[in-house]
Amino acid sequence: MRSIRRTHVLLVALAAALCVPAAGVGKTNGLPTSVGKGEGSLNLIAWEGYTQPQWVKPFETQTGCQVHAKYAGSSDEMVALMNQGGDSQYDLVSASGDASLRLIYSKLVQPVNVNLVPSYKDFGKTFQSPPNNTVKGVHYGISLQWGPNTLLYNTKLVKPVPTSWASIYSPTYKGKVTVPDNPIQIADAALYLSKTQPSLGITDPYELTSTQFNAAISLLKKQRPLIVKYWALASDEIDLFKNGDAVIGASWPYQLTTLKADKAPVADTIPKEGATGWLDTWMLSAKAPHPNCAYKWLAYISTPKVQAQQAVYYGETPVNSKACSYMDAISKGSCAQYHANAPLSYFSKIKFWKTPIATCDNGKNDCMSYTQWQQAWQQLKG
Amino acid sequence: MLLLTPPLAWFLFVYLAALAALFVSAFWQVNPFTTEIEHIWTFSNFTTIFQSSAYRSIALRTITIAALTTIADVILAFPFAYFMARIAGPKLRAMLFVLVLLPLWSSYLVRVYAWRQILDHDGILNWTLQKLGLPAANLAYSNTAVWLVFTYVWLPFMILPIYAALERIPDSMLEASSDLGARSWLTTRRIVLPLVLPGVIAGSIFTFSLTLGDYITPTLVGGAGSQFIGNVVFSSVGVANNIPFAAAFATIPLAIMAIYLVIARRLGAFEAL
Amino acid sequence: MENKGARVALGVWAGLVVAFLWIPLLIIMVYAFNSSNIQSWPLPGLSTKWFPVAWHDPQVHTAFWLSIKAGLLATTIALVLGSCAAFALHRFRFFGRELISFVLVLPIALPGIITGMALNSFFSNRHINLSLWTIVIGHATFCVVIVYNNLLARLRRTSTSLVEASMDLGASGFQTFRFVTLPVIATALVSGALLAFALSFDEVVVTYFTAGAQNTLPLLIFGYIREGQQLPEVNVIVFAVIALTVIPVAIAQRLTRDSGVLRRR
Repeated sequence: MRSIRRTHVLLVALAAALCVPAAGVGKTNGLPTSVGKGEGSLNLIAWEGYTQPQWVKPFETQTGCQVHAKYAGSSDEMVALMNQGGDSQYDLVSASGDASLRLIYSKLVQPVNVNLVPSYKDFGKTFQSPPNNTVKGVHYGISLQWGPNTLLYNTKLVKPVPTSWASIYSPTYKGKVTVPDNPIQIADAALYLSKTQPSLGITDPYELTSTQFNAAISLLKKQRPLIVKYWALASDEIDLFKNGDAVIGASWPYQLTTLKADKAPVADTIPKEGATGWLDTWMLSAKAPHPNCAYKWLAYISTPKVQAQQAVYYGETPVNSKACSYMDAISKGSCAQYHANAPLSYFSKIKFWKTPIATCDNGKNDCMSYTQWQQAWQQLKG
Repeated sequence: MLLLTPPLAWFLFVYLAALAALFVSAFWQVNPFTTEIEHIWTFSNFTTIFQSSAYRSIALRTITIAALTTIADVILAFPFAYFMARIAGPKLRAMLFVLVLLPLWSSYLVRVYAWRQILDHDGILNWTLQKLGLPAANLAYSNTAVWLVFTYVWLPFMILPIYAALERIPDSMLEASSDLGARSWLTTRRIVLPLVLPGVIAGSIFTFSLTLGDYITPTLVGGAGSQFIGNVVFSSVGVANNIPFAAAFATIPLAIMAIYLVIARRLGAFEAL
Repeated sequence: MENKGARVALGVWAGLVVAFLWIPLLIIMVYAFNSSNIQSWPLPGLSTKWFPVAWHDPQVHTAFWLSIKAGLLATTIALVLGSCAAFALHRFRFFGRELISFVLVLPIALPGIITGMALNSFFSNRHINLSLWTIVIGHATFCVVIVYNNLLARLRRTSTSLVEASMDLGASGFQTFRFVTLPVIATALVSGALLAFALSFDEVVVTYFTAGAQNTLPLLIFGYIREGQQLPEVNVIVFAVIALTVIPVAIAQRLTRDSGVLRRR
């Protein structure tokens, strides 16, 4: 008996010892070392506005990879698409910080070889290995762009110019307010409370104890009668503002640039309490059907000129530090407007999306998990 | 019996198996972080639904709108189908048929989207009302809008079975009734309505089941208070990837339709589908 | 039978219902000429620029042909399986007949999202890649039911004495089928197939869950609606589809005028 047990233990120890270097070998072994010929097709899951013809068409002509995009309006949708068989259908997904770790831990995405992306070395240091796409030194994607969630308002009907998020929590514009249909909005309420009710002690709007969480939910419940619609599609918010059904609301810069192009009287701002934001990464699916086209896209979308094009079109900030001059060439002053030239001071003011998990950063286990956020959000909308 | 084997095999192996698997998963749970489905048997999804006032009101709202839509569609469809079946000449009938069927070929999504242009605050309806000197209607992004649009999109599905049922009534029966002295309203009530009822029920199966599961119309034209069963199911599976919860919530429309189908069969609607 | 007043009133009602059905479609056709890419009223300007955009858009072509392929495949499967089921349930009485006829109603009685979710879970669990074939399976579930229903309704209305008479007169089973049964059911098959194809062509919910990275036309339209920059192009597509389908629908309507054996007059 005893001898069998000893042998058993030894065998297990041997296996464990073999596994450790095996894991290390697997890490670098699995990565491609060069980009082969394009497969002719590329399937993306992208945020609305991320695959505009002005930068997609040149890519298609250069590489022969025809781009097919499926749009998603929230990180949850992207994770769901990947989960429902998407990891073998789609090549790349433009995941924000609140989706990226979920995708990594569910093994829906694979590591990328950053050496195959020439512009990577021009990225600002913060964006080369951010914690939301780099785990234990392994890169699970290439950072793309980042930006804030803004307060959008109708310049003709909203007076005076709003300076605080209070304008969407107070009844002044009752029935004409809109916010995103996304559980992560609870963090925006928490951010507001962190400045207006400091006694709650909220330091990180994504790590909320149940007291803090309930306070955010009750603020959102008070907001509920003011809302005309929770927008799920970017075009929803565009239509709401264009057709007079909403005059103020939480938004992305994309809606502003689209409405302004159509001469709608709108403007946006980041209120004094600060803003949440997103930092997007192009992640490579675990079973991407067209890996060569995927790498070609990663290389292309990181070049300074394309970074500038996308940044100016959408209204976000590029990660490539060389994009600034290209931005000003497209639209004078845009480099400063979107903080591409002095990113770090601006960057630290934004609370970037991340997935709320039960273990808070202080080591305790009493924070609310994302499933609880989702259920609370669903029940809040009623 | 041999004739039935291919379709039976089809239905059983793919469709029913998939349905069964889905509803079994209603008793499972989802791991909060990895969002993997864990096969731990529990009733918690169902208790969450029944204990939450939000979910109860969502279910009630959906059923109410489904019922109101069905009623509105019957009111619109019956006289129309009567006209088409019994009064219109052959050429007119053919034209009406085409006019009713064609909308089914144009995109459902775009038709719903077009309603936004009609109901918007600065849209066509308010523009017309303003020109007529009437006050603006505040219909956009509300449950009333959802009801209107559902009535609109499912109308052809109500017209067709009622038309088919009316078409089947032999003229001779109606002539006999009037020969026996019954005036047209009595004839309609005693003869036509009972014969048309299966068609109405058949149409209502469509309108009910389509409304109970639809999430697109509430998403496009609904407002803040327009979460329907379909939205909860979709946001649980297509967004939160919580398939067990979605499956649990989907038992509500399943149960409603199962009961409805049993009643419908009693009333002979299956012959009229 | 109905007095003049009733006839006029019903006629007016019919006109109003047609208007109700068609006003949104007319709006779609008008907005196909919108010069701006955001929809608002009144129209900022008219332009035909979106027509060539839609014509040259490769995604529209791919999606259109995928929808056609899926529709044709699903309808074919539906015709075969639906006819088998209709004949079997009409002719034979067997144990479980009521149950089978109940089960055959489920795909259209249950909301599409349930079918979609169930099939998606089924495919992902078995690691079956989502593709044209999974789309076809999803569509075929309700297409089979449509054809089955139409055919069964027609079979119920035909007199079995004709078939018996034909057999008595010496015709073989195949001849009976070809010369007696088929002409009677042909129009039911056509109308069933047409309705099934229409439902498959415009299907969104089940397709969302059973399509992989490919887009059928409705999925592409939904993507364009979300993205918000190409709405007039969407209206152009729908305009074209309506214009294209007038003729087949009109022809099919001609074919399916009541030509059953039971005559009303």
